[in-house]
Amino acid sequence: MNPAVHPDETLYEVEVVVNGERHVRRVEARRTLADFLREELGLTGTHIGCEHGVCGACTVLLDGRAVRSCLVYAVQADGADVVTVEGVGGQLPRGRRVTLEDGREVVLNPLQEAFQEHHALQCGYCTPGFLISALELLRENPDPTEDEVRRALSGNLCRCTGYQNIVDAVLDAARRLRAAGGGPA
Amino acid sequence: MLAGGQSLVPMLHMRLVRPVALVDIHRAADLDFIEFTPEGESVRIGAAVRHADLLRHPVLGARLPVLREAVAHVAHPAIRNRGTAVGSVCHADPAAEMPAVLALLDGEVEVLGAAGLYTVPADAFFLTYFTTVLPPEDVAVALRLPLPAPGTGQAFMEVARREGDFALVGAAACLRLDADGRVAEARLAFCGVGDTPVRAREVEAQLAGTVPSAAAWREAGAAAAAHLEPESDAHASAAYRREVAAYLAARVLEAAHRRAEGAFGADGRGGAAG
Repeated sequence: MNPAVHPDETLYEVEVVVNGERHVRRVEARRTLADFLREELGLTGTHIGCEHGVCGACTVLLDGRAVRSCLVYAVQADGADVVTVEGVGGQLPRGRRVTLEDGREVVLNPLQEAFQEHHALQCGYCTPGFLISALELLRENPDPTEDEVRRALSGNLCRCTGYQNIVDAVLDAARRLRAAGGGPA
Repeated sequence: MLAGGQSLVPMLHMRLVRPVALVDIHRAADLDFIEFTPEGESVRIGAAVRHADLLRHPVLGARLPVLREAVAHVAHPAIRNRGTAVGSVCHADPAAEMPAVLALLDGEVEVLGAAGLYTVPADAFFLTYFTTVLPPEDVAVALRLPLPAPGTGQAFMEVARREGDFALVGAAACLRLDADGRVAEARLAFCGVGDTPVRAREVEAQLAGTVPSAAAWREAGAAAAAHLEPESDAHASAAYRREVAAYLAARVLEAAHRRAEGAFGADGRGGAAG
């Protein structure tokens, strides 16, 4: 094989805080943050759709900003603070307590509540990315118009095409958060 | 050379490029600056500055309205949070917004080579699709964008199939009025209609000294579009692109004029208006 295109298999140490928990792993330079989260840390809530930055399913917060984790290498996230969909609940004020099918009890935040009540997920594949993008929007703009919601979510694709309910859920989440008196945490 | 990686990483994933090594500059703190030159005639944007940083800047949008409007059209929020302005210019996608802004303003690219720093003017920077004069061993470290003179209005608009897509056609204009309300200087640039960003220099020259009117903008748009040689592709035919270019050119000239008039408005300061 041509050495010029042979993959560099050197391992580099990456230290990240994900959903408040510190992790240290040694990975190849070409390992994406999305693969790192799923395969090294077992956080499979971050979904991988297109692997070239179009679908938005892999969106996470990197140092507080929504980014495509398929377009960031894990080594670039060294020292960073990451929030994935598994940690999205703690990013907003607590809402209603629900019992899951397996008997576990969890507390939803107002954004998650609104997604559930508006049926804003069908197959659910795109949902983690939508939740992260919506979270960033609500932090920057607590009272968005429908048009602003659509623009903010324009980089997230839902192949079930359930956009109307997703937009309704985000608008409702914004109302709930304003009514609760505090914006996103 | 990797900065935001929002174009390069997809190309790597699709094996369109296979570099021997990648150098990531996104932690280079001395490339992370947005600074106005001491005389206030231009703004310098470092290579680590992301599109979202330009939108979030407290005064840049008001000082350089065409930049704010163009950046708002760059992809989606999560892409703007990573992608850089300098990277977009170096990637040289002819449908992208930043190269058109650089061309419109006659900006410059500051480059670091083995012999030191040098600058390349916009009209010498873009060669063809995804190709610039930058030698592979040199690094673009900043953009220098001239700020509008008093009495200038600016505008950027584009037509795309979906929000955040690359433009089918984009148009940008700068219009400076003289004290009598005539056109002192006009600039018009397009993206998505050729292998590089395109300036409509003949139309710009024809507009200078004329009396502004809706008909003048329509005629200028039609004349500019007639000079364009866009390509047909899966997204749009060449004829459609030319038609959209004529329409957008008229719209951005009209908007720039309205803002230039506003700049001479009630407060009488004659600053650049957004």
